Amino acid sequence: MIEINNLVRKFGNKYALDGVSFTVKKGEIVGFLGPNGAGKSTTMNIITGYLSPSAGTVLVDGIDVFTQPKAVKSKIGFLPEQPPLYVDMTVWEYLSFVFDLKSCTFNKKAHLNEICELVKIADVKKRLIKNLSKGYKQRVGIASAIIGNPEIIIFDEPTVGLDPKQIIEVRNLLRSLGKDHTVILSTHILTEVQAICDRIVIINEGKIIADQKTSQLNQTLGQNNRFRVKIAGPNREVLNLLRGIHSVTRVTQDGVRDGDAFNYIIEYSGAVDIRKMLFTALASRGWPILAMEGVEITLEDLFVKLIDEKGDNQ
Amino acid sequence: MLAIYKKEMRSYFTTATGYIFLAIALIISSFVFSVSTILASTPTSDTSSYFSIILFVMIVFLPILTMRSFSEEKRTKTEQLLLTSPNSIFSLVMGKFLSAFTMYIIYIALSLLNFITLFVFTPEGTTPPNVAMIIGNFTALILLGMCFIAIGIFVSTLTENMFASAVITVGILLGLLVINGTSTLLNADSLYLFRYVIDWFSPFARFDAFVYGYFDIGALIYYLSVTGIFLFLSERVFQARRLS
Repeated sequence: MIEINNLVRKFGNKYALDGVSFTVKKGEIVGFLGPNGAGKSTTMNIITGYLSPSAGTVLVDGIDVFTQPKAVKSKIGFLPEQPPLYVDMTVWEYLSFVFDLKSCTFNKKAHLNEICELVKIADVKKRLIKNLSKGYKQRVGIASAIIGNPEIIIFDEPTVGLDPKQIIEVRNLLRSLGKDHTVILSTHILTEVQAICDRIVIINEGKIIADQKTSQLNQTLGQNNRFRVKIAGPNREVLNLLRGIHSVTRVTQDGVRDGDAFNYIIEYSGAVDIRKMLFTALASRGWPILAMEGVEITLEDLFVKLIDEKGDNQ
Repeated sequence: MLAIYKKEMRSYFTTATGYIFLAIALIISSFVFSVSTILASTPTSDTSSYFSIILFVMIVFLPILTMRSFSEEKRTKTEQLLLTSPNSIFSLVMGKFLSAFTMYIIYIALSLLNFITLFVFTPEGTTPPNVAMIIGNFTALILLGMCFIAIGIFVSTLTENMFASAVITVGILLGLLVINGTSTLLNADSLYLFRYVIDWFSPFARFDAFVYGYFDIGALIYYLSVTGIFLFLSERVFQARRLS
């Protein structure tokens, strides 16, 4: 449905995008993941025709965005990073303006009411946008993007700045939209894409470094042999003991101290679960384990992993 | 285009811009009208001085209508909505232009009320006001205002600060006035060619024929062209920005 071929975008001498290519199939929910400044917004702005690329093409249903922008734009609903709201309008006025702007042919009142129900803004329809909370503003932005029922929905960081409850609501909304729309969603939060997306495209410094099914990525992440333990005992001796355990590759302290207990981050290699071993070793010395938890993998860790993988393959 | 037009018209009256423009421009017009005709030291029904003063007033006030136009969209990032909507950029520019022009026409229409008093209370001992001259002057004022608005719209695409937009527009319009003034000062015969060129480009020089009640087709084409060029340039600004 969307084909992105070798997209290059320069800002001055800096490359914001450097040869980005990927395709999105009809009905997919694709997560576009990357740290801030990786080129996520630039890519989205190019797909929606807001920016032009320095080189490369974007085809939507085989139509080029730059030669036939109107045809492509009518297929896309876009929510930019900062929702483009006219704060002096009421929610209803704004939505009906967007409806007219997109030259929709539905029954206006019924369509807008339906959308208000869907994104749960029916109760603020008559309020001025400037008086709404951040979460409501975001939802009004989402509503404006899905007016006219576009085939493709592109959301740039839709959950930034929302509280946890709102984040869950927005995610549910995205998931339900994904049932009958093609969705591209950008984020710098790993768990978000894992929760919603079928496929994940990871971008860093203007280059695609991974393009895999979410299940595949989860496998990569599954090999995260790292956990944090809190052990009460003499610091140096505990460290020595830990380092002595077979297949432990690295032990670091994260500096948190709780009475005579310290936090240690243990990394190990191999398929053997060393946690049982660890328990017996510590129990024999009489140093109790106060807490043990897996360390969440961060985007940076994932990058290191993916880049390593790439290097290995080559 | 219609959606943008409607939105702009609405915003003129929900923000204070439209009211401020209409109120102040009308107060000044009415004041100038009365002191230049019926209340002048020697009362007259000749309105030519009224029109030449209003021309200056418009240099200062028309930029109020256009200063927010695209600069505000840029500042609040709402231009992203407009530019990713299935509308051509030119239709967006036209929507903005026509809404400002409509406001201007509303002002012109309301300022016509002044003339009723002149027809009713024609000062004694003077000839009744010359209708052809009045129509000619208004036509010229509308055409010139149209150019000013197009220039204002163009400037507003260049900056995201509406005050900068207003000040630059006033600057450009005053600049044009200065060019016109230069031409009047340089009346030596040797500089005829120079003057001819300056006058050709000056929107104010074209005004003159209308003032005497003639309808100058050349000037009409000139004003329409200037308007067209600046609206075209506004569109190009967006195309260029997409690439830079």
